[in-house]
Amino acid sequence: MAVYSTNEFKAGLKVMLDNDPCAIIENEFVKPGKGQAFNRVKIRNLKTGRVIERTFKSGESLESADVVDVEMQYLYNDGEFRHFMVQDTFEQYQAEAKIVGDAALWLKDQDFCFVTLWNDAPLAVTPSNFVELEIIETDPGVRGDTSGGGGKPAKLTTGAVVRVPLFVQIGEVIKVDTRTGEYISRVKD
Amino acid sequence: MGNDWQPSCSLGALHLRARLLHDIRTFFQARAVLEVETPLLGHSTGTDPQLAFFRTDYHSSPHRQALFLQTSPEFAMKRLLAAGSGSIYQICKAFRNGEAGRFHNPEFTILEWYRVGFTLRALMDEVADLFAELFKGQGLQATQRLSYQAVFRQYTGLDPLQFCYGDYCAYALANGLPEAVELCGDDHLLWLDMLFSHKIQPFLGANALCMVYGYPACQPSLAKVSADNPLTVERVELFIDGIELGNGYYELTDADEQVLRFTKEIRQRQEQKLPPVIKDQRLLAALAAGLPECAGIAIGLDRLLMLLGSTATIADTLSFPVDRA
Repeated sequence: MAVYSTNEFKAGLKVMLDNDPCAIIENEFVKPGKGQAFNRVKIRNLKTGRVIERTFKSGESLESADVVDVEMQYLYNDGEFRHFMVQDTFEQYQAEAKIVGDAALWLKDQDFCFVTLWNDAPLAVTPSNFVELEIIETDPGVRGDTSGGGGKPAKLTTGAVVRVPLFVQIGEVIKVDTRTGEYISRVKD
Repeated sequence: MGNDWQPSCSLGALHLRARLLHDIRTFFQARAVLEVETPLLGHSTGTDPQLAFFRTDYHSSPHRQALFLQTSPEFAMKRLLAAGSGSIYQICKAFRNGEAGRFHNPEFTILEWYRVGFTLRALMDEVADLFAELFKGQGLQATQRLSYQAVFRQYTGLDPLQFCYGDYCAYALANGLPEAVELCGDDHLLWLDMLFSHKIQPFLGANALCMVYGYPACQPSLAKVSADNPLTVERVELFIDGIELGNGYYELTDADEQVLRFTKEIRQRQEQKLPPVIKDQRLLAALAAGLPECAGIAIGLDRLLMLLGSTATIADTLSFPVDRA
């Protein structure tokens, strides 16, 4: 397993810290003119999502974490696990609800998403930045109102609730930005 | 190919640097301090285990010799002082291997000066005068002078001169630095470096020059031990907006004490398996011949330019930092 020294720490590098896979966010070199050099490192724990700061003596090292993001197709939910497949190899992975987390709100059968694998096991799921989902529940809007002002909540097939303009109706398909959970537009067939 | 042929600083920063150099020279000329030059390449270098040096191979057939890029011009300037130069200053490059970051470039510019017959207090007065000159019109607040012990107590409640392992650990655990317990262990010096750089330095000198003096005796470097408190040394550091700018001493003049400090640092280098260094015998000979009582200080000009130009990184003050050099 590769080992990285503090001077190789840079944003995005995946390392093992306290037995958990982590991603480096920021690395600042701190050195008094006369005295020990340190690296003050901001790190995201990829299992919990928590961001912490940790100081290392310069020259210390951490083991690399075998973490990769792989694009996969979401297949189905069997109640306990959600199943994903790598298109090229047909290799399948299953992930429990804890791993899938909030991404579940945006996963539609057959859609593509990114699955983060740690030692070849799913660690996290990231939906596409934009998804298209059908509205299954919303108050009837006022006809003729196309201003979009105000808005109303709308429930989507995945269970996500998004604020939409008043003119959008049940049965319509809308485009949503998954990073913000915001409505972008209606999708016309 | 990218655009890394271009300077990383603005053209305005080039002008700011030129003006700074001019202002410094005017300041010292008015005070009759002599500008000198000493070699950047020397046959020996400092023994400080915290400073990594660049080593070069000098070929002068049939001989080959290692020459070192200087981590500071201190030894050579002290030889001039011992030779009777009187007060001197120098603006030069210094080199420290492995140091790169927001506030570090492995090659950087130093202003270093020595005042014969000055105490550390008198030198601090002169530093305040110089900064008043350089920061004229920038609205710098009144200069602060704080002892290391006072500032350490103020921010952490701990006594830096007496190492109490339990208190230090309790402070670290309660203040978001739990890793310090394992990292520093029973190494008092390491604790001081870590707590000072993380919990104190960032808050020093908010829009003001802050001078911290009276460093613990375990961080002597090349300063004399204080006559009135043997637990401290006659050393000062400068900070503005949490940025460390300089380091000065009431200079050690005792050749025997210098040998002891060299020997101690060389042993530390061996223990840490760092590249070996030899004692600079020419410096020791100069001290034996007699270094006049003096105070001296080095200031990093690139960081000073960060403050004068309100820039976020040292690269904004350099034409070509190491990744473009």
